[in-house]
Amino acid sequence: MGKYWHVLNIGLQNTLVYRLNFLFRATFGLIPLIAVISVWRTIYAGKAGGMIASYELAQMVSYYLVITIVDALTGVTEDDWQIAADIKDGNISQFLLKPMDYLTYRLCLFGAGRLVYAAVALVPTTVFIWVLRDSFVLPPDAATAAWFVVSLVLTALMQFLLSFTLALLAFWVLEVATFIFIAFAFEYIAGGHLFPLDLLPPAVAGALDYTPFPYMLFFPVSIWLGRVGGDALWLGVLVQLLWVIAGYALARLVWSRGIRKYSAVGG
Amino acid sequence: MNGESRIPKGAPPAGHRAGIPHYLTLYAALWRNSVIRELGFKVNFLMWIVVEGLWFALQLTFIGVLSLHTESIGSWTKWQVVALVGTSHLIQQLFTAIFLTNLTALSEHIRTGKLDFMLLLPVNTRFLVSFRQVDLGGFVNSAGALCVIGYALHRLGHTPGLAQVAGFLLLVLVGILIHYSLMLMLSATSFWTVRAQGIVWGYYNLFNIARLPDEAFRGAFKAVFTFALPMLLVSNVPVKLLVNKLGSPLEMLLLVALAGIIFAASELLWRTALKRYTSASS
Repeated sequence: MGKYWHVLNIGLQNTLVYRLNFLFRATFGLIPLIAVISVWRTIYAGKAGGMIASYELAQMVSYYLVITIVDALTGVTEDDWQIAADIKDGNISQFLLKPMDYLTYRLCLFGAGRLVYAAVALVPTTVFIWVLRDSFVLPPDAATAAWFVVSLVLTALMQFLLSFTLALLAFWVLEVATFIFIAFAFEYIAGGHLFPLDLLPPAVAGALDYTPFPYMLFFPVSIWLGRVGGDALWLGVLVQLLWVIAGYALARLVWSRGIRKYSAVGG
Repeated sequence: MNGESRIPKGAPPAGHRAGIPHYLTLYAALWRNSVIRELGFKVNFLMWIVVEGLWFALQLTFIGVLSLHTESIGSWTKWQVVALVGTSHLIQQLFTAIFLTNLTALSEHIRTGKLDFMLLLPVNTRFLVSFRQVDLGGFVNSAGALCVIGYALHRLGHTPGLAQVAGFLLLVLVGILIHYSLMLMLSATSFWTVRAQGIVWGYYNLFNIARLPDEAFRGAFKAVFTFALPMLLVSNVPVKLLVNKLGSPLEMLLLVALAGIIFAASELLWRTALKRYTSASS
C-alpha cells in the first residue's frame, strides 16, 4: 500500500504545478453558470406560482451550484487523455514490468488531481456562492450531508471507471477523442448537467434510471437538495455501489483484453 | 551553401507586391491540402461530425425540455430561441471550419519554434496563421444549423424578406469576424505565457453564452458581454433581424462597430506580440 501513497504524493506535487491553470478554469467556468442561472431567473419571473416541476427558484439555482461543487470534486479532466496517450506512446510497458497496478496508479493520480482542483476552485466558487447565498439551499440535516458525501465518493469512482475504460479503447483505435466526446455528451444530458432530470417526461426519466448516468451527477445533487429521502436514499446509494462494482469488473476485463492486444509501439 | 545558390539571383521576392489574387491562389492550395488530409482519415472525419451534431442536438433538447415547462424566455418564444441556438451554431461552426484549428495551433507553433519558419515565408504571417488549414466538417455542421434555422422559421410561420436574409447573412459574417478576432487575441497570449492549453476551453465557455437570449441578462454581466466582449450580440442581433424582433437598427450598428474595433485591437495586439517574439530556442 505504501507505494501508492507515494504515487498520491507525486500526483499532488505534479498537479500543483497547474494551480494557476485550474484557477482560470474554475473562474471561467462561472460564466456559463451565471448564464444558465440568469436564464432560469428570467423564466421564473414570467411564471405565475414560482414553481417549475416542484423546484422553487432557490432550489433551481442551488441545483446548478451543487452541480459545480460535485463536478469539481468528481469530474475527470485530463486523466482520460493521459491514459490514452500512455497507451499510444507505449508508456504503459513499464507498468507491466513493475509491481504496480496501473488502475490503482491512475486512481491515485485522479484522486490527487481532484484534491488540488477542488482546493483551487474553492476560492472562486465560494465567493460566487456567497454572492448568491440568499438562494443557496444547504442539506436539510447532518444525516443527509453524510449520505451526500458517501454518494459523492461513489460518483467519483463511477466517473473515474468510465473514463478509464473509455481511454482503454486506445488499445484498439488510434483516435479515442471522438468516443470520449460522444460518451461525455450522453453523460452531460443524461447525468443532469444541463437541467434537473425530473424536468423530463416521467417515462423518459424512468428509462434513464436504468442507465448509470443519473448516478454520476443527478443523484448526489438530489440528495443535497433533500429531494431523495427514506428508502429511495439508501436504495440509490446501493445502485451506485453496484454500478461501481460493475464498472470495476468491466475496466479489469477491458484492461486484460487490451494488454493481450498491446504491442508496445515505440516502447 | 548549395541551397543558397539555387535561388535565382534576379528573382523578385515572391509575394512582395502580391495582391489579393495571389492570396486567393494560396488559399485554394491550402484548401486542396486540407481536403487531401481529411480524406486520409475518413472515419475520424465522420465521427467528428457526429460529435458536433450530438452537442447541437443536446442544446436543442434543452430548449425542448424548457418549453415543456414554460411558454417563453422573456419575450422569446420557443421557435425564436431555436432559431437563435441554430444561428449561434451556424456562426460557431463556420468559425470552426475556417479558423479554429489554426488559431489553437498558434501556441504550439510558438512553443516549438515553428513560427520562425512561418515568419520567413514570403506571405503575410497573420494570413498563414489564420488560414493554414480548413476543417471541412464545420461546413457540414453549418448546413445542419441552416436546416434548423429554416425549420424554426417555418414553425414561426414567418417568411423573411430578401433584404432580411441578406442582412442576416452579412451579420453572420460580422459575427464570425468577432469570434475570429477575439480568438486570435486569446491565442496571442501564448506569446507571453508558454502554457496556454486552457485557451480552447476558455473559448467554449465564453462563446457558449452566445446562444442564449440577451433578455435573460441584466446588470454588469450584460454590459460586459454586450460592449466589451459582444457575445450577447453576435447571434442575437442577426436572429432579431430575421424574425422582426429588433428594438432599433442601432443594435446592428453597434454590432458592426464593435466588430471593427475588436478587429483593429486584434491587429494591434498581433503586431505588438510579433515585435517582442524572440523565438523558442534562443
